[in-house]
Amino acid sequence: MRELDASVVIKAVEAMCIKANTELGDDVRKKFEDGLRLETSAAAREILRQLLENADLAMQTKLPLCQDTGLAVFFVELGEGLRIRGGGLVEAINQGMRQGYEKGYLRKSSCDPLSRKNTGDNSPAVVHLELVPGDGLKIAFMAKGGGSENMSRVTMLAPAQGWEGIKAFVLRRVAEAGPNPCPPVILGLGVGGTFELAPKLAKKALLRRLDDTHPDPKVAAMEAELLEEVNRLGIGPMGMGGLTTCLGVKIAFAPCHIASLPLAVNVQCHSSRHEEVVL
Amino acid sequence: MSEYRLQTPLTDEDVMKLRAGDVVLLSGLIYSARDAAHKKIVEALDRGEAPPFPLEGAAIYYVGPAPAPPGRPIGSAGPTTSYRMDAYAPRLHRLGVKATIGKGRRNEEVKQALKDCKAVYFGATGGAGALLSQRIEKSRVIAFEELGPEAVRAMKVTDFPLLVVNDAFGGELYVKPNLDLGA
Ligand code: SF4
Repeated sequence: MRELDASVVIKAVEAMCIKANTELGDDVRKKFEDGLRLETSAAAREILRQLLENADLAMQTKLPLCQDTGLAVFFVELGEGLRIRGGGLVEAINQGMRQGYEKGYLRKSSCDPLSRKNTGDNSPAVVHLELVPGDGLKIAFMAKGGGSENMSRVTMLAPAQGWEGIKAFVLRRVAEAGPNPCPPVILGLGVGGTFELAPKLAKKALLRRLDDTHPDPKVAAMEAELLEEVNRLGIGPMGMGGLTTCLGVKIAFAPCHIASLPLAVNVQCHSSRHEEVVL
Repeated sequence: MSEYRLQTPLTDEDVMKLRAGDVVLLSGLIYSARDAAHKKIVEALDRGEAPPFPLEGAAIYYVGPAPAPPGRPIGSAGPTTSYRMDAYAPRLHRLGVKATIGKGRRNEEVKQALKDCKAVYFGATGGAGALLSQRIEKSRVIAFEELGPEAVRAMKVTDFPLLVVNDAFGGELYVKPNLDLGA
C-alpha cells in the first residue's frame, strides 16, 4: 500500500486553483487567435482582442481571468492501492481549495441555496471521486462559472430521436442561451448513462483540451459536425454576431437503459479554466 | 457605429445620441449591484428610505468583483448576466437610473423602460475581468457590506470600454440566431 501525505494534496490543489484561474490554456488562446483571423465584424473582433489582452493581463498581474472564479469542481481518480495519511482526501482537497481561493484573491461564490448566505470560503468543493486500479492519484480541477452553468440542461430524449434529436436539442439550447453564457462557448455533452450520470460525463468531457481529437473516429466526426452546425448559428463573441460561437464540442458516451436516451449539455464559457495534477 | 466618451452622471442628451453598436468609453462614478443588492435597494425604497447612491443619472454595473490584491483598488471585475436584475431595472430606470452595464439579453419590460425613461443598456465583455479592472481607479463599499462580493460599491472608472446593446429607440446589438425558435 502506497501512502501519500494529505499535505501534498493540499499544496497541489492550492497551486492548481490559482494557476487555472490566472493562466489561460494555450489551446483556448489559440482558438481566440483563429477567431480573430476569421471575424470581419468590428464588435466580434474587438471582443476577441479584449479577451487576448485579458489573458495577457491576468498572466502579468495574477488577477483572475474572470471575477467569477466559479465553484470548485474536482474529478479525482484514486488508486485502490493508495492511502492518504494525516487526513481525509476530500477534506485535503477542500483545504487546498480554500487556501488557493484565499491566497489567489479569487472570489468566493458558494452560498446557501435559499438564504443565499455566502459560505465565505468557496467551500464545499464539488468532488467526483472514482476508484481506479493502481496506486496513483490524479486530481483535475475546474473553476465553473455561474453564467455558463445556468445555461446548461439535462433532458431525457426518446431513443428514436437518436443523433438528430441530440443535435437539435443542443442547437436549440445554444441559440436560446444566446449571449448569456459568454460565447464563444465550449460544449460538454454526456450521452447515455442515467439521469445523474449524463451531466457528470458532460462536465468531465470539458476537461479535454480543445485541440485534441477523440480517439474514436466516429465520435470525432460527430464532434466536428456539431461544432460546425453550432457555429452556423451566427451568435458570435458575446452574442454580437460572428462566426466564432463555439470553440469545441466534447462528447462522452455511456450505455443507457433500453427505454431512454439521457442527454446533458454542460455549457462552458470561453473562460475555460482547468488544471490537473498526478501525485 | 460611433465612438463616444461619456461622463457620469448621464443625461437625457447623452443617452439620446447613442445607438446599438456604438462604442462608449465611460468615466466617472459608477455603482456595482447584483441581485442580492437590488433586492435590498428595492426593499429600502419600499420602506421610504433613501437608496445607497443617488439614482438620478446613475450607471449601475452588474458585477461582483474578486477581492483586491494588495496595492490594487479592486480585483478582477467583469460583468455578470443581466437577466437576473430584469425584475428590478424598470423601477430603477423610472427613478432616474440612466444606464445599466452587464452581459446577456434583457426582457421586454426592461427594453420598454429604456424607451420610456431615455436610458441605455451597455454590454461589457464577459470574462474580461482582469482587463476591465485596470480601468477602475478607486472602489469603496458604500452599502450592504455583509453581502461580500455582492455589496454595493462606488467605483471611479476611466474610459471603461462598453458597447451599446439596447438603446432608447428599441435598437439591439445582439443578433438573432440562425434557428427558428418558434414563438
Ligand atoms: S460565464 Fe464564464 S466568462 Fe462569463 S462571467 Fe461567468 S465565468 Fe466569467
